[in-house]
Amino acid sequence: MTTTTTPSAAPAIELKGISKSFGPVQANKDISIRVMPGTIHGIIGENGAGKSTLMSILYGFYRADAGEIWVAGKKVEIPDSQAAIAAGIGMVFQHFKLVETFTVLENIVLGAEDSAMLRPSLARARRELKALADEYELNVDPDALVSDIGVGMQQRVEILKALYRRADILILDEPTGVLTPAEADHLFRILENLRREGKTIILITHKLREIMEITDTVSVMRRGQMTATVKTAETSPAALAELMVGRKVLLRVNKTPAQPGAVILDVADLNVTDDKGVHRLKGVSLQVRAGEVLGIAGVAGNGQSELLEVLGGYARATGRVTMNGRPIDLTGRSSDGQSRRRDGIAHVPEDRQAEGLIMDYAAWENIAFGYQNDARFRRGPLMDHAAMMQDTVDKMGRFDVRPLDPKLAAKNFSGGNQQKIVLAREIERNPDLLLIGQPTRGVDIGAIEFIHQQIIALRDQGKAILLVSVELEEILALSDRIAVMFDGHMMGERDPATTNEKELGMLMAGMTGDPGNVTVTEIERNLAHAGTGTKV
Amino acid sequence: MDVMPKWADVVLIPVISLVLAAALSAIVILAIGESPWEALKIMVQGALGSTYGWGYTLYYATNFVFTGLAVAIAFHARMFNIGGEGQAALGGLGVALVCLYIPWPHWSLALLGATAGAALFGAAWAIIPAVLQAKRGSHIVITTIMFNFIAAAFLNYLLVGALKPAGSMEPATGKFPDATFLPSFQDMFSTADNPLFRGAPANVTFFVAIAACVVIWALIWRTRLGYELRAFGHSETAAKYAGISPTKIIVISMAISGALAGMMAINNVMGEAERLVLNAVEGAGFIGIAVALMGRSHPFGVFLAAILFGFLYQGGAELALWTSIPRELIVVIQALVILFTGALDNMVRMPLERIFLARRRKAARATTLTAAE
Repeated sequence: MTTTTTPSAAPAIELKGISKSFGPVQANKDISIRVMPGTIHGIIGENGAGKSTLMSILYGFYRADAGEIWVAGKKVEIPDSQAAIAAGIGMVFQHFKLVETFTVLENIVLGAEDSAMLRPSLARARRELKALADEYELNVDPDALVSDIGVGMQQRVEILKALYRRADILILDEPTGVLTPAEADHLFRILENLRREGKTIILITHKLREIMEITDTVSVMRRGQMTATVKTAETSPAALAELMVGRKVLLRVNKTPAQPGAVILDVADLNVTDDKGVHRLKGVSLQVRAGEVLGIAGVAGNGQSELLEVLGGYARATGRVTMNGRPIDLTGRSSDGQSRRRDGIAHVPEDRQAEGLIMDYAAWENIAFGYQNDARFRRGPLMDHAAMMQDTVDKMGRFDVRPLDPKLAAKNFSGGNQQKIVLAREIERNPDLLLIGQPTRGVDIGAIEFIHQQIIALRDQGKAILLVSVELEEILALSDRIAVMFDGHMMGERDPATTNEKELGMLMAGMTGDPGNVTVTEIERNLAHAGTGTKV
Repeated sequence: MDVMPKWADVVLIPVISLVLAAALSAIVILAIGESPWEALKIMVQGALGSTYGWGYTLYYATNFVFTGLAVAIAFHARMFNIGGEGQAALGGLGVALVCLYIPWPHWSLALLGATAGAALFGAAWAIIPAVLQAKRGSHIVITTIMFNFIAAAFLNYLLVGALKPAGSMEPATGKFPDATFLPSFQDMFSTADNPLFRGAPANVTFFVAIAACVVIWALIWRTRLGYELRAFGHSETAAKYAGISPTKIIVISMAISGALAGMMAINNVMGEAERLVLNAVEGAGFIGIAVALMGRSHPFGVFLAAILFGFLYQGGAELALWTSIPRELIVVIQALVILFTGALDNMVRMPLERIFLARRRKAARATTLTAAE
């Protein structure tokens, strides 16, 4: 790593004593930070630690209640994003702000036109875009429609937008959240190029790996406060995790070898065609035994969601599925979430906010969700609210859901606690098979540790677990067998003890053959196209 | 965390909206050269100043409770049923058939029969658009509107044809038999030396409406069906995950909604007119939308909002009778109330939320200060 930092230079950005509260919640408490020019400065913290608030203040979305902002040695006021851009600050949001029906070029010019007539602006932008692309390896087709290009490409457009506006300081908010691993690596190469050219980058993330890989300095935030700023080279993931969570965290999952028993779930030749006539699952077959975790790896949108939906009972399919040896109806009237639950299948869905929970329902109402027909929640024709409340208090206590307030609406819990509510509901039902999709997406480190332990504990009780995750690390950590999906096919199975990320990456990209004959770049190129049917 | 305490949401916002609507109405009345104060006095006197006035106010309110509940229950399943008008018209047909063609020994049995007939016909009229929505994706707003017109045309056809007594020149059914007449408030509460509610149309159906409020409240918040219905209303994808059938919820919620709208007919057709006339619903189906909006789709709120609109109806009629304020202006006042309580909800809500937020922040600061001492 080369840095062009000179110790005497003024910080590119210096924040002094920034505070901001929303109602009773203090999102930022007296935060001071110095970001040196020509460095990549990571800001890490759990969800709700105040990272995004701090950056929104820097970008002019919020006014700080107290504190000062200094850019390149000068005190500045940033009342709105125009002022931030004028000060040379550019921002790449987690959710892109692009007009889908415009071309790349039009998006870049949008809001920065030179005159009322568009043509000269576009011509100038085209020239500059060419220069920028050569300088930073930021290749995009200027005439492609934004809706036609992939997510990684759209992010490059966002970066180009900031550079076109002469940003010297680039803030990226959770940039890899939407990217495939290969796209993330490409992004990091771009960031390194930017640093080499003297740009300053602030990278906001909750992923330790990214911090360790790319940053020069890292600041840790916890509960609205800046708890530490350290040189990345002088710290370790474990130390950072402890600073983030406030206690020691196990980053590795402790587990003993699986003791697989009888076949619980047997899937043969499963086919799904969606409403638009796209063939989503193409002859998928798999088995899950009692006491083992079958992990399904793959780039998002290669049929994993459909597999879970079919097994969860809310998508139609053809094929043969047996559960405990009994065939399951895949199309008829009785094929719904209710009958699946009766068959002993519990399901933690991929998207807890859209599927697993009713966000406006209180925790105690959500605890019966999917199980509203259970005898224990029934009292004559009415629902037994007292029983639901009692059940909720028990489960929230056992799964350490915070705050322990059963009357709080689901939407007011953090992501990790929402996931714990879903998990508590599904696991405590004592199912034979647990379907679990993206168990730790958007979940804090502390909660990830807990959720992983619960999954392994359930396995050790002799339950069958089908795990779907786009996080390869998670698949490798939890699975006893790994199956890879690509374009609706099963690419094959691997043993987590003997496989590696390269081999899995090949399968995820739809490539077969000897890993020794394939270069990493080739895999990456194929991976970038693997998620074309992106649904998640 | 909710920004405002619940009482502010349910009481303060509607009250402020009402005051604003009243203020604007006062300006309009002033502009046509009448005294708003006098107008208010006449409205209050006419609608609430006598048992006669109350008899009308509650009669209108009874209609609005039914149509308001109909819209409210559908709202909970995120169905926008604006076909209350047509469903109430069909309910009227059900009541007329039950009353005319079945010999009832007593009004109480006739009431049960007519309620069943009204609910059945109203529900049937709502189920057709519901099935079209669930199976074919035809938008419920469009189809229910169209069904209002179809219902009106259909009743027109029957009332000038099959249902019209021979020799009559009027598009209406014949008078229902005496045994089906419902006791009015006058029958129930008057004594020989203390005549109450004389000539007013309010009748025993008012108590059916109150019972309906209680039943619907329990249905929404206490039963499994209500749980599933609200879950579907909040998130269709989540409902599917939980094994709740969208088709079932759409059809059942619309059937209940249509049944409630239809049940209005036992008030206006059986209780008041005692025969079925053309355009018997008189817009009550649409007022139901405003009532449900103002009542926050809660049966108790619907009840209060229905009383308010009953007051506006009766008070408005009195106003037209005793002043030179034209009948059309009453519609303007009603529209202002709907506008402020329904459509402009956020205009009042947002500043109010800001005030509560500021207050709470102050309180939080005060507690931290005391804690620091």
